[in-house]
Amino acid sequence: MKLMKPSRAVGIIGYGAYVPRYRIRAEEIARVWGGAEDGLPIEEKAVPGLDEDTVTMSIEAARNALARAGIAPTDLRAVWIGSESHPYAVKPSSTIVADALGAAGSILAGDWEFACKAGTEALQAAIGLVGSHMAEYAMAIGMDTAQGRPHDALEYTAGAGGAAYIVGPAENALAILEGSYSYVTDTPDFFRREHQHYPEHGNRFTGEPAYFDHTLRGAQGLLDALGFKPSDFTYAIFHQPNVKFPQVAAKKLGFKPEQIAPGLLTNKIGNTYSGAAMIGTTATLDLAQPGDRILMCSFGSGAGSDAFSFVVTDKILERRNKATKTQWYVQRREVIDYAVYARHRGKLVMN
Amino acid sequence: MDLARHWRLKDQRYRLEGTVCADCGAKFFPPRQVCLECKSTNLTPREFNGHGELYSFTTLRSAPMGFEDQVPYTVGVVKLDEGPMVEAQITDVNADALKIGQRMEMVTRKLRAQGDNGLIIYGYKFRPETKAD
Repeated sequence: MKLMKPSRAVGIIGYGAYVPRYRIRAEEIARVWGGAEDGLPIEEKAVPGLDEDTVTMSIEAARNALARAGIAPTDLRAVWIGSESHPYAVKPSSTIVADALGAAGSILAGDWEFACKAGTEALQAAIGLVGSHMAEYAMAIGMDTAQGRPHDALEYTAGAGGAAYIVGPAENALAILEGSYSYVTDTPDFFRREHQHYPEHGNRFTGEPAYFDHTLRGAQGLLDALGFKPSDFTYAIFHQPNVKFPQVAAKKLGFKPEQIAPGLLTNKIGNTYSGAAMIGTTATLDLAQPGDRILMCSFGSGAGSDAFSFVVTDKILERRNKATKTQWYVQRREVIDYAVYARHRGKLVMN
Repeated sequence: MDLARHWRLKDQRYRLEGTVCADCGAKFFPPRQVCLECKSTNLTPREFNGHGELYSFTTLRSAPMGFEDQVPYTVGVVKLDEGPMVEAQITDVNADALKIGQRMEMVTRKLRAQGDNGLIIYGYKFRPETKAD
């Protein structure tokens, strides 16, 4: 397996998470549509407020990342946002976010799309940009306010949230990149055609040939390329469309439940799509210690996985307290019923 | 669609950018071209840190045009630590949990959208202050 690693050593110099405050419990969705008799995939999921979307959520996560990085917004040379819920079909979210941060002007900005791995695709690009000396600092965000069709299985899990990362030189990093590996094929397990409100998915086809095949190949490819085994890692974070899939993937690879526990947030916030693996990793960084090795492996339908290995440095100890931590966002919660949820998700026709 | 007007306002809406008088130090939000204290025109941009205290608030149940789908919502006046008073929507909190004098912080949120095919307008709102720890 070919390891991806830039000639210049790079790492994460700042990170930030965001989750909206509203929650709908899966049992409340089941009250309306039924389905609880088959078991519920998660306890509850995060729902964006009326005034929130991928842009506003990205801004808050990005401000948290800047606070931890301790750099000026104008030091960034890229703001890239991976999402499948950009507010505009044509007009970049990233220019709004860059301007709100005070980073606009001499900067790259662009929106990335690859179902749930758009954020880590942007992260790979940021690593390349900084690793090639084209930039000193670059920001990659994975953020989503995903929608599932009412009564569809996805409605139970399609949540809202994500995270922002600033990539910079390794000597200023709180977690140094050891290498990354990506695995991608044309596997049509989940898609949304233009002008459609809701995605289509292949039910059980989203499992073995899509999520598991790509996640296992992505993660195992990185392990093989680096010559590591699961026990070499303190923590691992996998894409989490529900609770079961990442648990099964981790077990198949040889990771123990305690290695994935800090980054497994789906049960409380739902599947945050492009943000899922990335916010699981911010939750893990919030409690990691210097020397800890962390595997982050995303999955995006369509399909592919990006896997990264980071080693935490002592800079984590001082920087993680400079912004709101992931679990604060996870634990703040205002439970809403299905009627309020329908209003928040724009399902009420007003005119 | 007033695109130019909204574009001109983005610095103050996105980043709470006002002005400071280079002669007497008075600070203004929204930005002014003439100092209210010393009448100087020597003002420069100043980005406020977005933290302050809740000075007053009320809840709107009958909204102006463009905000009908947001009712009921709360608006307030926040006295910034740097001095200026800012009127804005209050978000991320139920109105019955608000108290005069409590610490507030600025967040950037969606103010409104111009229908289904127009501009989405983003800007500052305030919420109770969060702590890093």
